[in-house]
Amino acid sequence: MISDDLVVATPRGLYCTAGDFYIDPWQPVERAVITHAHGDHLRGGSSRYYLARPGEGVARIRLPKDAFVASLEYGEQHTFDRVRISLHPAGHILGSSQVRIEHDGCVWVVSGDYKREFDPTCAPFEVLACNVFISEATFALPAYRWSSTPIVAREIFDWWNSNREKGFVSVLFAYALGKAQRILAELATLTNEAVYVHGAVASLVEAYREAGVTMLPTFPATVVSAKNFAGALVLAPPSAAGSPWMRRFGECRTGFCSGWMRVRGNRRRRGYDRGFVLSDHADWPGLLRTIRETHAGRVLLTHGYTDAMCRYLQEQGVAATALRTEYGAEN
Amino acid sequence: MRLFANLFETLDTTTSTHAKIDAMVDYFRGADPADAAWAVYILIGRRLKRSVGPSLLHTWLIEEAGLPGWLVEETYGSIGDLAETVALLVTPDPPAPPDGRGSTSSELRLRDWFHERILLLPSLDLEEKRRLIVGWWRSLPYRECFLVNKLLTGSLRVGVSRVLVTRALAELFDQPRTHVERALIGAWDPTPEFWGAMMRDESSTDSTHPYPFFLASPLEGPIGALGPRKDWLAEWKWDGIRGQIVRRAGQCTLWSRGEEIITDRFPEIVAAAAALPDGIVLDGEVLAWRDDRVLPFAQLQQRIGRRKLTQKILKEIPARFKAYDILEWDAEDWRNRPLQERRAQLQSVLTSLASKQIDISVGLREDSWEALAVLRESARTQGVEGLMLKAWDSPYGTGRQRGAWWKWKIAPFVFDGVLLYAAPGHGRRSNLYTDYTFGVWHGEVLVPVAKAYSGLTDDEIRTLDKWIRSHTREKFGNVRSVEPVHVFELAFEGIARSPRHKSGIALRFPRIKLWRTDKRAVEADTLGNLQAVLEQLQRDVR
Repeated sequence: MISDDLVVATPRGLYCTAGDFYIDPWQPVERAVITHAHGDHLRGGSSRYYLARPGEGVARIRLPKDAFVASLEYGEQHTFDRVRISLHPAGHILGSSQVRIEHDGCVWVVSGDYKREFDPTCAPFEVLACNVFISEATFALPAYRWSSTPIVAREIFDWWNSNREKGFVSVLFAYALGKAQRILAELATLTNEAVYVHGAVASLVEAYREAGVTMLPTFPATVVSAKNFAGALVLAPPSAAGSPWMRRFGECRTGFCSGWMRVRGNRRRRGYDRGFVLSDHADWPGLLRTIRETHAGRVLLTHGYTDAMCRYLQEQGVAATALRTEYGAEN
Repeated sequence: MRLFANLFETLDTTTSTHAKIDAMVDYFRGADPADAAWAVYILIGRRLKRSVGPSLLHTWLIEEAGLPGWLVEETYGSIGDLAETVALLVTPDPPAPPDGRGSTSSELRLRDWFHERILLLPSLDLEEKRRLIVGWWRSLPYRECFLVNKLLTGSLRVGVSRVLVTRALAELFDQPRTHVERALIGAWDPTPEFWGAMMRDESSTDSTHPYPFFLASPLEGPIGALGPRKDWLAEWKWDGIRGQIVRRAGQCTLWSRGEEIITDRFPEIVAAAAALPDGIVLDGEVLAWRDDRVLPFAQLQQRIGRRKLTQKILKEIPARFKAYDILEWDAEDWRNRPLQERRAQLQSVLTSLASKQIDISVGLREDSWEALAVLRESARTQGVEGLMLKAWDSPYGTGRQRGAWWKWKIAPFVFDGVLLYAAPGHGRRSNLYTDYTFGVWHGEVLVPVAKAYSGLTDDEIRTLDKWIRSHTREKFGNVRSVEPVHVFELAFEGIARSPRHKSGIALRFPRIKLWRTDKRAVEADTLGNLQAVLEQLQRDVR
């Protein structure tokens, strides 16, 4: 079927025919416009990568050394054939972008992943008016509503302190890119103590510092004696949970930061002592508000609870359909 | 309520046994006796008569959520727990963190929540109930909203066992655990008086009070490892209702292991017990018994299920009590005497009673393990589940203490069934599909024959959950029908005719043995195969 759509889902990824480029492709392509550096959106093997300048540092860590990367400033126009594109902050992680695509007076926006909460580590989400909005739907059920970030940060800090009083190490699991740095930046409003970080987190923290993000001081969690960690907070990726790497901490309490922690079954099943509801994705009210503010007449949904969101939007008079993508695998 | 909510939170969010016990001790130490009594009542899993059904809460949720009904259903299906879904959808915006300890909170005490609110609900009309409950939803912070909904809909499932509660109380009162066990068994009301009596170790004044049951563990390893045969009492493992006859102060009470009084269900046993001397407690099994042999458990169930016991049913399904043990004699606690001595006493008591309705569960004569093993093979034709082995020198313990009592069951029946329906589990599985219904072929259609909840690994559960979500055919509330593709080997202990089931049969204790990924749905068993098992069993019995 021939489609007039500016962006279509193909086996390699979301594709803009008129401009001959892909957005966050999951297979190697010639021209890849990247919304952000998470593994399900940035994959190796493409010839040319186009992304927002604040995200270049973290993207380079995750790409082969010789990869071709072209950085665009937020809002800077770039032309692919007769198509004009520009990147705009998505508020998801450092350097995350929405892709605005304009062709023949028609505007499409691809959101990538986004959130509406304030995040000290990245530029806030910019509302873009468009005809068609391609949105994520990771948490598109009304049960997912986020508490305000300072409350969650205070919760984490209190948990750390109460573990410290009992002589335990606090090991907090969070995605190594984005969430970990956001926690370090949020905690900086409450303390100036140093935090130990897992190797997978450390290099990304450095990239954030180089981009000018203020965070708590960090040490690598590689010191051999458990004594050094007494009462400390340690940040690690979820993959480190239950691994031999954990042995160095002796008696510890574990926590996990994720939007999924909103649900009791998830909190209990994961076996962590605590779950903190902190997400870099939009919650249900955030998704609805954003879709409304774009004034888009048509909405396409890429990943998450797409069916529920589609039906809800349709009932609200918005033309909504689901796109088949391979995003969301990292969650 | 806030203090109890804090306790709940700690229990719910830690995996450490020590931390759980410490948290309970802390709570009880600071709690008012009335609140503490209610907390014990909830924590050990006692439930009140339901004052409002889940379907009403469900309806009100849809009305109150301000969302389309299907979206509420979809959310409920994803969360899997009604109390939690209400709390997530209806509590004020923005929500407090779900396990935040610092949020503003209801200052009403736990006791008052019951006495001034929940216990008053049954006397109110529907509109008034709705007004009150919806008012709580709107005003309570997340955690308390969740807790109150849980109390309204049934039990809490907070991840503490009765044993843990007992340990915490024993530590708090500095009493042996058996004393606390003793106080918590049987009928009691959550009052400050109850709490006080338990604290002073004076709880057992009630003349109907039973003893905690001693439970057997499954025999693992070779039978020879138990030592000489002569050191052990061997009995049939009867498949009935474990019970205790308490005969004190001229009164007779029959207790089930589920700690319910079932005296009025079994008048023939109670009548026979009236001839027992006062100050005696017997442990045994209530069985349906006719024409000199035990009837299948399903028949006993019919007997319990009847609201009214007619002469007809009393005649069709007569009951008996097979006594295992004597726990009290002449108003004295005999539990610490060796089994040898207790059995001799039991034999003497029952010989002089000379009743058919209460007699001894005989010791089996076979004098070698080999001979017993042969006898065990005939268990099914005897209508029993296998053998029980009890050390002659052992005291009567509490709960499931290993070493002195073993159950040596026969291998279960097995069949291959197809997964037809799935519903979310509870507690830590509340947003996973873990409650399954399986079917077998009856001509061209699959008829449901068994429900099973256990037997898969966590990994298998996750894989299956994902598959269920993406291969759903229809949704009925939070139950989904799925494409009939996956075959499972299921084990069960017994089979009986059942006009109440579509398949016409009922299986006893079905559970999953194996996910047969090597089999296709067409290779599953047929209803005919199961009916053949039933007929074979009936032939053996005749």
